[in-house]
Amino acid sequence: MAHGPAKGIGRWLFATNHKDIGTMYLWFSFAMFLLGGTFAMIIRAELFAPGMQLVKPEFFNQMTTMHGLVMVFGAIMPSFVGLANWMIPLQIGAPDMALPRMNNLSFWILPFGFALLASTLFMEGGAPNFGWTFYAPLSTTYAPDTVNFFIFGVHIIGASSIMGSINIIATVLNLRAPGMTMMKLPLFVWTWLITAFLLVAVMPVLAGVVTMMLMDINFGTSFFDAAGGGDPVLFQHIFWFFGHPEVYIIILPAFGVVSAIIPTFSRKPLFGYSSMVYATSAIAFLSFIVWAHHMFTTGMPIAGELYFMYATMLIAVPTGVKVFNWITTMFRGSLSFETPMLFAIAFVILFTFGGFTGLMLAVAPADIQYHDSYFVVGHFHYVMVAGAVFSMTAGIYYWLPKWCGKMYDETMGKLQFWIAFIGFNIAFIPQHFLGLAGMPRRYADYALQFSDWNMVSSIGAFMYGAAQLLFLYNVIRTIVAGEPTSEEKTWEGAEGLEWTLPTPAPFHTFSTPPEVK
Amino acid sequence: MVSRLKQLVAYALSPLLLLSFVGQNAHAEDAHASGWSLLNMPQGVTSVSNDIYDLHMTVVWICVWISVVVYGVMFYSMFAHRKSKGYKAANFHESTTVELLWTIVPVLILIWVAFPSTKSLIELYDTTEADIDIKITGYQWKWQYEYLGEGVEFMSELTTSEPAIYNLEPKTEFYLSEVNEPLVLPVGKKVRFLLTAKDVIHSWWVPDLGVKRDAVPGFINETWAKIDEPGVYRGFCAELCGKGHAFMPIVVNAVSEDEYKTWLAEKKEAAAVLREMAKQTFTLEQLMAKGEVAYNRSCAGCHSGNGEGIPGAFPALKGSAIALGPVAKHLDVMVNGVSGTAMQAFGGQLSEVDLAAIITYERNAWGNNVGDMVQPIDVLKFKQGQ
Repeated sequence: MAHGPAKGIGRWLFATNHKDIGTMYLWFSFAMFLLGGTFAMIIRAELFAPGMQLVKPEFFNQMTTMHGLVMVFGAIMPSFVGLANWMIPLQIGAPDMALPRMNNLSFWILPFGFALLASTLFMEGGAPNFGWTFYAPLSTTYAPDTVNFFIFGVHIIGASSIMGSINIIATVLNLRAPGMTMMKLPLFVWTWLITAFLLVAVMPVLAGVVTMMLMDINFGTSFFDAAGGGDPVLFQHIFWFFGHPEVYIIILPAFGVVSAIIPTFSRKPLFGYSSMVYATSAIAFLSFIVWAHHMFTTGMPIAGELYFMYATMLIAVPTGVKVFNWITTMFRGSLSFETPMLFAIAFVILFTFGGFTGLMLAVAPADIQYHDSYFVVGHFHYVMVAGAVFSMTAGIYYWLPKWCGKMYDETMGKLQFWIAFIGFNIAFIPQHFLGLAGMPRRYADYALQFSDWNMVSSIGAFMYGAAQLLFLYNVIRTIVAGEPTSEEKTWEGAEGLEWTLPTPAPFHTFSTPPEVK
Repeated sequence: MVSRLKQLVAYALSPLLLLSFVGQNAHAEDAHASGWSLLNMPQGVTSVSNDIYDLHMTVVWICVWISVVVYGVMFYSMFAHRKSKGYKAANFHESTTVELLWTIVPVLILIWVAFPSTKSLIELYDTTEADIDIKITGYQWKWQYEYLGEGVEFMSELTTSEPAIYNLEPKTEFYLSEVNEPLVLPVGKKVRFLLTAKDVIHSWWVPDLGVKRDAVPGFINETWAKIDEPGVYRGFCAELCGKGHAFMPIVVNAVSEDEYKTWLAEKKEAAAVLREMAKQTFTLEQLMAKGEVAYNRSCAGCHSGNGEGIPGAFPALKGSAIALGPVAKHLDVMVNGVSGTAMQAFGGQLSEVDLAAIITYERNAWGNNVGDMVQPIDVLKFKQGQ
């Protein structure tokens, strides 16, 4: 059995090894992260001062749309699939993913999906310009013709996600090592299992809604056109039925990563393991029944508003449980602050802040003022960036030595952390002020009273962007010239099957299942 | 500059930032003095906006107190329980009592917040017994206000010039929040807003009124405001509606009831004059002059000032088959729009004089030289003939 990887490009094109596929997912998502980041830099450069300086409003709208789509579907989601590919077999003691060929397919259709989407930038009419939430009829009747490329791009990306999720479900349910019962699974595995079920449930809904758009645009139906008996608000209900679980799809694996890192560097077991599992399940369940809190200003009946307000407020409870558990894990631990821990702690601090603004947004009457303002932009970047991206960064620093048998440079890692942390807060704290003061989101230009905070926000965004280049440098430097390490347990306090393997992890692992006691 | 920098550092880096914006309460118009002081939601001038503000502050304070506890424990651990200080880790990993406590306490806090929220929402939704009904229609990219039952309606459009937007002219105080005609409302009267849109979804937001409601094409949404203090209140479109999204502000001029009545009477008179004008005959020069102004206001946003449109998005008029073809088709496109495209029906938006002038202008500008002209009476006949 002990043969190594194939030689040449074939190793990657025909890859069925979970580690190779995981690596490809991670590099692909990082490339998308830099692309989406470039779009963000264009947005912040244009908003540095009032007036139109660099781009025209129509191009600005393409940038906000592409930034959102690329970051959500291209950067964050595939990066966690990559992490799942690498870590789930190692953490449950499986030799590989359950469906290796489907694994290859689910990765390799992704670049084509994004090529379709990004190619619109070079077409007449330009890229999608209707926001990543693509509300009809702006995205149907009033969209550029390139919307059809967007629709097929989303179909392909969705198919990839569904296949990836089925693979994860099959792996976790069937390939656990003897003795690895469900309630012994590392939390990263648990959160991904739940995420995979969310994905299987809602990605078809996304596929459905873009197909309805396709019909409205090309085949004369009127799902979202009132003139033909349809309803533009129906679009929003369907979209957010996908879109709200989607935000938990993004954040739940992040919870899993942080739940691995905090105990390691606190040298103390995770507090409340079983309540973490129940809280994750509760969040997943609630995520299906709160979608219309994104639609408080659409003119829903008051009964609907009240129901969605109460249900949304409830999410604070299991989310709170998670935060309390992480902090109690740290409490009376023996803490050290290596780069992964710094990112994990920043995750807890900033994600909690994003949770507070989330609670504010849940209060429907107050949401009348917050809705579609920069306050919302600030809120979800605290959750998406300081939540998902910080946790992803923490995860990469945490497992990188295990993957490549080289140690990253701690000083450089910490430098990146501080630039990212400070830059992030300078970029996004002022956006809360702007929103409260009345600046709507997706504005290409703004009134003069918003100038000062926009300038600050842009400076922070540039800082945060620079930190990502440092990240790229750090990772490449580690792989090329990092100090070799062969310690099985890179971190003193680390627990779990992946740390029983040799470092770097061999191409094939757990060909004989380990015994879990 | 130095003091600005100091402020910048103080605001951007202070870990107690949340506290620093609490209690700040900048009034919208004063806020123009300094952007740095814009930190919190305006209290506004309606009972609803005041309720929202109170609710907002309640939740902010709850969050502040929770964060003091949560971050407090966390930072204490980070300082006291360090490996570098030789602190030995404890080994506890569960406690049913504590876990129950931090599940139940948040539930109680949420119930406490739910009561005032429910009350405010019910008030916000009560659009009954209004004194005045205003129909607000969102267009790409302007608002139309119709005083129902009064026969008064007008378009409210941005007056900031394109050179100012592209930094060729200095920006004035109300850059991007000034319009040709504000919505005039009396104070102390309950005004019901009926919102809809003609093309895509827009959202009518005036923070000081505590009003934000989507204008959805094909549907009517209702909301209301009763303004307590006279003043000028500015707002924006809050739902992405295309490339002019940032360029369709809202200005509400709240005046005393007497002033409102005088204003309404003047508007009615002006409407009558305009109807009279539609019966006059103009020369080609007059129509071209009027047409240029009206075109630049209502058409240039998509078809651009030189009639060349935006390739791939909006068609050129220069040399176009419609502008050079029969008048009847040109009238049809202008009055009824083109369904399934971004071309709106301007029949209900513009006066007959403006419609006639724009059509004449489009047929004879930028090298188009059909040479014919369209009189307001032709537009009227076309509309009636349908």
